[in-house]
Amino acid sequence: MASSKLLSQPRWHRLLRRNLPNARLFSGLPSQHPVSVPEPQNHGDPKSNNTFKTASSAPSSLKEAELAKFAAISDTWWDSEGPFKPLHNMNPTRLAFIRSTLCRHFRKDPLSARPFEGLRIIDVGCGGGILSEPLARMGAIVTGIDAVEKNIKIARLHANMDPTTSNIEYCCTTAEKLVDEQRKFDAVIALEVIEHVADSAEFCKSLSALTAHEGATVVSTLNRSMRSYASAIVAAEYLLHWLPKGTHQWSSFLTPEELTMILKRASVDVKEMAGFVFNPITGRWSLSDDISVNYIAFGTKDTNEE
Amino acid sequence: MNRILASKAVSNVYRLRIPWRPFSNDAACPNAGNPETGSEAQQYDIAIVGGGMVGLAFACSLASKPLTKHLNVAIVDSNPALGRKHFIKKDDLPDPRVSTITPASISFLKDIGAWQFVEQHRHAYFDKMQVWDYTGLSYAKYNARDADKEVLGCVVENKVLLSSLLSHVQDTDMLKKIYPSRLTSMSILPNSSSSEVGSTLSMTALFTHGRLAKLELEDGNSLYAKLVVGADGGKSRVRELAGIRTTGWNYTQNAIICTVEHALENHCAWQRFLPSGPLALLPIGDKFSNIVWTMTPEESSEYKSMTEDDFLKAVNHALDYGYGPHPTSSILGSSDLFSWFKGGISSSTSDCFEVPPKAVKLASERMAFPLSLRHANDYASKRVALIGDAAHTVHPLAGQGVNLGFGDASSLSSVISEGIAVGTDIGEVSLLKKYEADRKPANVTMMAVLDGFQKAYSVDFGPLNILRAAAFHGAHHISPLKKSIISYASGELRLPLFA
Repeated sequence: MASSKLLSQPRWHRLLRRNLPNARLFSGLPSQHPVSVPEPQNHGDPKSNNTFKTASSAPSSLKEAELAKFAAISDTWWDSEGPFKPLHNMNPTRLAFIRSTLCRHFRKDPLSARPFEGLRIIDVGCGGGILSEPLARMGAIVTGIDAVEKNIKIARLHANMDPTTSNIEYCCTTAEKLVDEQRKFDAVIALEVIEHVADSAEFCKSLSALTAHEGATVVSTLNRSMRSYASAIVAAEYLLHWLPKGTHQWSSFLTPEELTMILKRASVDVKEMAGFVFNPITGRWSLSDDISVNYIAFGTKDTNEE
Repeated sequence: MNRILASKAVSNVYRLRIPWRPFSNDAACPNAGNPETGSEAQQYDIAIVGGGMVGLAFACSLASKPLTKHLNVAIVDSNPALGRKHFIKKDDLPDPRVSTITPASISFLKDIGAWQFVEQHRHAYFDKMQVWDYTGLSYAKYNARDADKEVLGCVVENKVLLSSLLSHVQDTDMLKKIYPSRLTSMSILPNSSSSEVGSTLSMTALFTHGRLAKLELEDGNSLYAKLVVGADGGKSRVRELAGIRTTGWNYTQNAIICTVEHALENHCAWQRFLPSGPLALLPIGDKFSNIVWTMTPEESSEYKSMTEDDFLKAVNHALDYGYGPHPTSSILGSSDLFSWFKGGISSSTSDCFEVPPKAVKLASERMAFPLSLRHANDYASKRVALIGDAAHTVHPLAGQGVNLGFGDASSLSSVISEGIAVGTDIGEVSLLKKYEADRKPANVTMMAVLDGFQKAYSVDFGPLNILRAAAFHGAHHISPLKKSIISYASGELRLPLFA
């Protein structure tokens, strides 16, 4: 009886149910992990004192050291052969997932060249705007936020080069501050950000608060699995040098079950999940059911909040 | 960032080899507001330079896809025929310039909606082919039924194809404008940032920051485009202006083409490899056939200038007993030798050798042109993509040239459509390189195969002749091999022998 119910659900859903009894899930929530501080970067940021204090009035989920890491290489955002090359390569695949899920959710025509016309979308942790610009070209009203001022400057300069993207609103701020300003968006997208924040549960609550009624939330990150350790840390950082060493901390990765749990607690129901796989022969990324390394989750705001 | 931009700017400028004229000096600059210069420059999404078969097929392909049919397209070609909607009459004599369209290209043309126009004019499907050589050692007969198909291909005059594609493009809703002029210069500047804010950047400002390419035409018009597609043939001006190098060599061969008439209808394609090159006889409908005769340049001037009767005699002789005997069914023993290879008997294995129908009348002038192999080292650079003969020219011996071009047009329009789906700027090199990665291996393989044939047949050496005969024999009797050859030549297999 339970088995037949199981089989009718998508595969990743079954994985979730199977692993729920695993005690590691509950004890593995990121808020209980010590915040790992990597080697000090060359940018001594004078504002670094405030972020680890949870007692402050607007607790920030940022990790200052993580910000410093990104500030150091911010000049190379739009160099498609530079440190952000894997992100540039993966971008069309992420956009394909976002396009199909958002078109279905908001009942937009998938064959239109500008399907997001009229939708307000926020790109949390936009960096240089690699995701924001294509979203704007697809017709969305885009707001991009990032905590690193340099990134916002670069994003703005690059977006101004193309009239279709020069309407993007870029702000150097955090999700929490926008929640305080009571901004709402039809779709809140935070890709490859949650593994760099200090408190992912708080971060998810902010994302949910920014999502309008019947809106969508999309989060992508890396899975905390043996395979992701081998691919994203050992292979990508140390062997292939795709990413600078220390870009990712394996202990801050979230498993799909954990992400689904904390999003659920933030009133976001995860509806779809997909993985990204890289084919070394063609050099291309594609969407797949394999969520063992990179994965992306699409969720909708719970309309009846308990 | 500035260092990266500067080094890229230097490499771009050296590669482009284009003098960048500052706007103050440019007399034809539209922004100067000078009323003598004529119409203002317009901005397009895609500028297709070259309105030949492949360029127009690309335009039709864009018009047939939902994500690209809203694009604004300019077609630049100085051919006056493009300005007229119908430029062929049904009772015209067949033009000697024809193309053999493979089944894969036929389905592409059907998908884009242009094939229906072709079927209203003269065209000839053929389902049989016979290939043999001058040594008389062996022959191969191909039948479409061997590969479970209806036809091996269709022979269509180029002007029929062109007119069909043009009519279809004019019929579609896609925004397009034909510029009846020739391209003189093209400039593309490196990307740079703008300190201006807002969406009010003018076309010239966008061009200065590398977001648009500027094209200047012979009649003084200019236009801007996000992407320039070079479909302007083997001597592509776009390829030259973009600084893309080519590799290749000239064959010491010319091809003579003409149309002949028979007493009866011909439904088979014939090709005989002669010592100085192949002679092909292709049906084009209504008892007419097209001749493509490859020979040395000296011979070609001789054959072009001889009288019509002498030429017809020479053609019939070359297809019959000229240069060597008729092949018997096999000299390498009976077909039992290959019986353990056979994966099922194909119908044409038992067909015996036939002599092609005699040509009774010459129905057109004889044209001659030199043959060469040329391949562009890159198919794409910033804001430029090459398709068709601009990217590759091949030997006509297997009738593949324009079919490779149609493959390019189809692939590029798919890549652009996928790019628009995910909000990419269509002039981005990374997107265009996807098109190159799709087409280059297939094109290079086909070119290698054709070049291999050309070289194998240019030598008259006993053991090599026997080897070639054995190859023919194998192709004729080994059914899986024959099926594979037919599928590859029909455009269904991207790489030969890999099913």
